[in-house]
Amino acid sequence: MAKRKATETVTNILVCGIGGQGVMTASEVLAQAALRLGYDVKKTEVAGMAQRGGVVTSHVRFGPKVLSPAIPAGEADLLVGFEPAEALRWCGQLRPTGIAMVNVTRQVPPVVNLGLFDYPAAPVAEMREAGIAVYDFDAGAIARDLGETRMVNTVMLGAIADHLPFPAGALKDIIVERFRERKPALADLNERAFEAGRQAAAKAKG
Amino acid sequence: MNVIAKPDTPTRQLMSGNEAIARAVWEAGCRVAAAYPGTPSTEILENLARYKDIHANWATNEKTSLEIVIGASVAGSRAFSAMKHVGMNVASDALMSQTLAGVGGGLVIAIADDVGLSSSQNEQDSRFWGRFGHLPILEPSDSQEAYEMVKAAFDLSERFECPVIVRLTTRICHVKGLVTVGAREERPSQGFRHDSARWVLVPANAKRRLAAQFERDARLLALAEDSPFNRVDEGKDKRIGFVASGPAYMHVKEAFPDAPVLKLGLTCPVPVETVRAFAGTVKALVVAEETEPLVERDLKAAGIACHGKDILPRSGELSPAILLPAVKALLGEPWEPQATLQPQVFPRPPTMCVGCPHLPAYYCLSRLRRQVNIAGDIGCYTLGAGQPWNALDTTTCMGASMGMALGMDLGRAEADKDKAVIGVIGDSTFLHMGMQGLIDIAYNKGNVTILILDNSAAGMTGGQDHAGTGRDAGGQDAPRVDFRKLVEALGVKAERIHVVDPYEMPTLYKHLREEIAIPEPSVIITQRPCVLIDRFHRDPPFKVVEETCTGCSNCLNVGCPAIHVTRRASETRPSGKVVEKSWVRIDTAACTGCGLCPKTCGPKAILPARESLES
Repeated sequence: MAKRKATETVTNILVCGIGGQGVMTASEVLAQAALRLGYDVKKTEVAGMAQRGGVVTSHVRFGPKVLSPAIPAGEADLLVGFEPAEALRWCGQLRPTGIAMVNVTRQVPPVVNLGLFDYPAAPVAEMREAGIAVYDFDAGAIARDLGETRMVNTVMLGAIADHLPFPAGALKDIIVERFRERKPALADLNERAFEAGRQAAAKAKG
Repeated sequence: MNVIAKPDTPTRQLMSGNEAIARAVWEAGCRVAAAYPGTPSTEILENLARYKDIHANWATNEKTSLEIVIGASVAGSRAFSAMKHVGMNVASDALMSQTLAGVGGGLVIAIADDVGLSSSQNEQDSRFWGRFGHLPILEPSDSQEAYEMVKAAFDLSERFECPVIVRLTTRICHVKGLVTVGAREERPSQGFRHDSARWVLVPANAKRRLAAQFERDARLLALAEDSPFNRVDEGKDKRIGFVASGPAYMHVKEAFPDAPVLKLGLTCPVPVETVRAFAGTVKALVVAEETEPLVERDLKAAGIACHGKDILPRSGELSPAILLPAVKALLGEPWEPQATLQPQVFPRPPTMCVGCPHLPAYYCLSRLRRQVNIAGDIGCYTLGAGQPWNALDTTTCMGASMGMALGMDLGRAEADKDKAVIGVIGDSTFLHMGMQGLIDIAYNKGNVTILILDNSAAGMTGGQDHAGTGRDAGGQDAPRVDFRKLVEALGVKAERIHVVDPYEMPTLYKHLREEIAIPEPSVIITQRPCVLIDRFHRDPPFKVVEETCTGCSNCLNVGCPAIHVTRRASETRPSGKVVEKSWVRIDTAACTGCGLCPKTCGPKAILPARESLES
């Protein structure tokens, strides 16, 4: 994402994935970081049935003043895709200058396993062909190697940390503090997950 | 889903509308709150249950929740209830009478409309209840306003001695924004004021209250004309002025920053003269409201020319992207929509969870599909209507499976005479509104088999407790409804009631087959906790032995999301018949070890993961 002065405009981050992946927690952390840095913040998602393995999208908007909570179509600065087909589904919401950060670990739904629909052959390639700057890497594998698949959301937050209009440290501090408060044993592990995501994104293609 | 805010934290917080409302209810000195969970309103009571100065409880349904808070109000305490739009239909019997009697302590009802139907069986505009019940309605446009309006609603309720409705939408309830909070104001109960001419609504008393209600209407209208919640945002471009309420106000401000906007916060009764004065300052008027044209109709009835649903959609949420082309067309200005990519991606409907205890019930029903008609209900198990089970024929409203199953039996056609009728309902839904329907089945000797899927939680809304779980809203131990005894007490014969472990699928299937063959009311209760609640215990996972798997894909019919296809092929049998084969693997990290899929596997290719590793 081209670094714009966020005090002059609203930054729009669209986080997408499926129910149970930690999409909403990740967007909550983003919103808290923006709040701490003094921005006006709004965050919204469609919940309810989405909890049961359905599509989840969460919108985080921050800037000097945020009005509508949902990101207008085609105005997302950053798409955080927790799953490649979901990233493909929502990539049309990006601005021409926007970027997509994509976890390539696939989550194949029952309707595909039953043979009713096909999973896209190459979601990331399809996005690149459409002219989108995609940073892709296997966040699922990183989380597994660290011993906890539920850390995908921390890995993804680490991955976008250097693409935000505020310092990466602000995001990391909030994650680590949250764990120190609630599950101290996991604080250091999440810090490592954050840094691993950050490095993976640095190596990924833009 | 939302992180629950702590009761004592600094003044400026990032809060969802639901959290902000709970905070405001607490600060307003409310003493009693009750609700039944319903998306998007659920988290209001969940948050209230964390404040120690409030008695906050889950009620059996929305009607009992409203009756509880009416009682608390009559007893002199500030009281609050929250529900989703369809919940208000259930509670409306109590509402429509209490509107006449009025209140003691301030009584506020938050109704959350699921605009755009993210998880509801209909879309309805709860602002009708203000017109129906002669009650004021406040409509916030963000978390901060939701907080302020709920506090104001308690004052209004006491000043006008009537319940006050705060109309919410998903974009209030689940949007997080900044809220500046304050401290709790102590409001001790004023005590019960004995006044049977008021609280006892026999016809003679109710008739006398009608006059008071009409007089209140007039005072409320005067209030609306003068309310600080109805204000004008000046704007330079006077070609179009907007009248906007709720989240639509934010969308209007974003799409047309230079337009004058009359923001309506108190939207019932509509301050017609305020709008008339505003209309005089602009060339044309557009009403932006979700979902029904209620304000619009009131304005037109008062002779104020305006646009509204002639250019804006009648259903779903508004947004800048919807407002812009509609209003630009009105102005005769060109509007190029933002061109966005729309890649074709498979649909990803919600699924039942890995190891969900509802899976075996729907697997069994799907095996009996040709012999049965199935009335469904509202909850996670509604997903049984989808692939691969296709095992529900109807879904109407909470509890309807019971009455509809009886009706499907009584009203059956000759062609269906050999088909059994089954009703399926969850534990929380059964207590909410299913019991009465089962009484009708038993009393009228319906030839119906009922499945009560007891997963010890209101699952769909996030696993809340209820009278059948043994825990209250605060997580403390509570008396637990015994479903078997209850069903027997409602009139079902003891020998026609079976309580089974759904993971013991052959037993469940056997009971189901036997009971549908017996022409009497029967009930099968399956009991296993929801996999998302803390009472659920995970067992060691299973694994598919690749060399043994024949690709029959029987296991896929269970519908467990942990079973994945690794390879497909078509095979031609000697008879010439072509069969589709799918070889599978199990996501062992997700598998809960429930043991359902091995029971469907002919070649015994699904084994405990550890055992298969050793072999």
